[in-house]
Amino acid sequence: MNLLRFTTAGSVDDGKSTLIGRLLYDSKSVYIDQMESVERTSRRKGLDNIDFSLLTDGLKDEREQGITIDVAYRYFSTPARKFIIADTPGHIQYTRNMVTGASTADAALILIDARQGVVEQTRRHSFIAGLLGIPSVMVCINKMDLVDFDQSCYDKIVSDFNNVKLSSNLKSVDFLPISALLGDNIVDQSKNMPWHKGPTLLRHLETVDIEKIELNQSFRMPVQTVIRPHSTDYHDFRGYAGRIASGDISIGDLITAYPSENSSKVESIHHGDRSVNKAEAGDSIVITLENDIDISRGDILGGGKKPTIKSTANATICWLDNNDQRLGSKYILRQGTNETKAMISEVEGILNIHSLVFESDPSPLSSNEIAEIILKTTKKIVYDPYLSNRITGSFILIDDISGSTVAAGMIR
Amino acid sequence: MYDHLDELESEAIFIIREVYAQFENPGILFSGGKDSIVMSHLARKAFFPASLPFPLVHVDTGHNFPEAIKFRDEFVKKMNTQLVIGLVQDSIDKGSVQEESGSMANRNRLQTVTLLETIDKNKFDCLMGGARRDEEKARAKERFFSHRDDFGQWDPKNQRPELWNLFNGKKLPGEHFRVFPISNWTEMDIWHYIRREKIELPELYFARKRSVIWRSESWLPVSSFIKLKPTEKPQEKMVRFRTLGDITITGGIESNAIELDDVIHEIETSRQTERGNREDDKRSENAMEDRKKEGYF
Repeated sequence: MNLLRFTTAGSVDDGKSTLIGRLLYDSKSVYIDQMESVERTSRRKGLDNIDFSLLTDGLKDEREQGITIDVAYRYFSTPARKFIIADTPGHIQYTRNMVTGASTADAALILIDARQGVVEQTRRHSFIAGLLGIPSVMVCINKMDLVDFDQSCYDKIVSDFNNVKLSSNLKSVDFLPISALLGDNIVDQSKNMPWHKGPTLLRHLETVDIEKIELNQSFRMPVQTVIRPHSTDYHDFRGYAGRIASGDISIGDLITAYPSENSSKVESIHHGDRSVNKAEAGDSIVITLENDIDISRGDILGGGKKPTIKSTANATICWLDNNDQRLGSKYILRQGTNETKAMISEVEGILNIHSLVFESDPSPLSSNEIAEIILKTTKKIVYDPYLSNRITGSFILIDDISGSTVAAGMIR
Repeated sequence: MYDHLDELESEAIFIIREVYAQFENPGILFSGGKDSIVMSHLARKAFFPASLPFPLVHVDTGHNFPEAIKFRDEFVKKMNTQLVIGLVQDSIDKGSVQEESGSMANRNRLQTVTLLETIDKNKFDCLMGGARRDEEKARAKERFFSHRDDFGQWDPKNQRPELWNLFNGKKLPGEHFRVFPISNWTEMDIWHYIRREKIELPELYFARKRSVIWRSESWLPVSSFIKLKPTEKPQEKMVRFRTLGDITITGGIESNAIELDDVIHEIETSRQTERGNREDDKRSENAMEDRKKEGYF
């Protein structure tokens, strides 16, 4: 059984919470006591039907106000797969939350209200999904029951969305007509839409190819720490611990430490308490080398294609903090396991959220804004373009006074 | 392609190593329950062949299952590490908390104060916990790196966004972090991993004949810490526990699952959440959120 992480995006009232509640409920991931609590609360609120969103709203304020405040994570599994849903709110701080949820997602569900069709929010969500390089997007056209399960309505939205797809850099897009409220095409094939032949949403999620692009890239592993047991059995052991960001590694492979560019061959690989001959992207391992070269936390072990080693980078960032950018200030940059001081030396353009074009704007970046910038660091950093490596191509900026994470960035 | 347990294991190990690298004095919160056992096992793997570089920290209410304490002490020896104990009784004696009264009295809520006092006294800047997001709805909102202010409080509406695998452990003096490396694991993942890795657990997780009373919809173990009401008669039942909390609040379920495979089968077919028998969560819809805001795990 493997693992699919997906995120959900939709405007307010697109029925996102209902969809998630329905997936959890129909895949039998909701326990009796949880369901009883939801039924009780629905009754207390005077509702006729069960409010599935109560299953997903975790905080007191959310339940009382009927809103979702923050990214929440949901879990369910079927015999085929385990799923992690990053459930992001539709309105408050939506850019920041969607960027967060999308950063680790293999797939995104974008919801469209069949009555509304493609709206501005749809274009934004698609743009963000493209920006974050989510490999697979499923467009769910919801509330089909409210348009009499009409195929022409569905076809028109599909064709409108194809224009959106062109402008938002999406790779693979699928479409599905659903009714989350009634369960059409969620787990069971809809009897109301015999004209639609594709798999149901759950079937799609169970079978969609998790295209791990990082497997086919050059070997990269940011070093987290150096392991030196100093014990009798492992007296001279010196291992480099990290999680492989991309590619694979075998005993005997030549690797280079960046930024120093010293090279050596792999002597042994430890995966937990086992010795292995080979490891690949996603594995947390410890590597020992044939020669002693100077390597410490923050370095990147690499093979194959040489990464970029520079003190400047072109990047697209999303401003996350409630406080605006302090123009000309230094921030702490965290990229891989490396940390250095950095500043935004130039804001080339801020995304106009309506036209989806980056426009020149001299004002400091504020919460939820996306901008193309030039980053300048006090020492050289080692990176790859984000769209070919989500780990070595991403970074966050941290305010050194408050310690807050103020921005998330992707190197172009 | 590797399976979901490999991915969850690698993710947890990555996070545990980040804790080691980013903090000066971290520890592992250890309750003797399955989640903290699994987490300690992962932490040992993360630094192999070096030994576990963290102490285990137990907030001890004094209301323990005797089996859990015995297991804890043996476990600490096997892990070859230190045990730091924070006693709720000390906080009561000092007057920083007051014992609850009545038949429903327990020391669950008092633990928070003792935990914060233990953090303060030992100067921990980070404690790792075995909490999972699938356990409870307030926990579904929790970060891997959970920032706590200098009163140990959690502010759910003002959490640091967490993107990719970039974890921010920056803090101001007096603040600390709680880190939850197995956030993404479900109850089922934990059990499958225990089976795969052949991890030893306290006997309490397996059905045995136990002396219990029926209270609040579950079988509460008879101990010197609970007051029996006149109507309550101890009975011998085949009972096991799905979670281990204090002996005063952890209800058991009737079961014939005497071995690991039976337990896994039983949970796979169960229709109740594991915390359904925890008296501490039944107090209100917001019970967990309220405790977490105060500084609970």
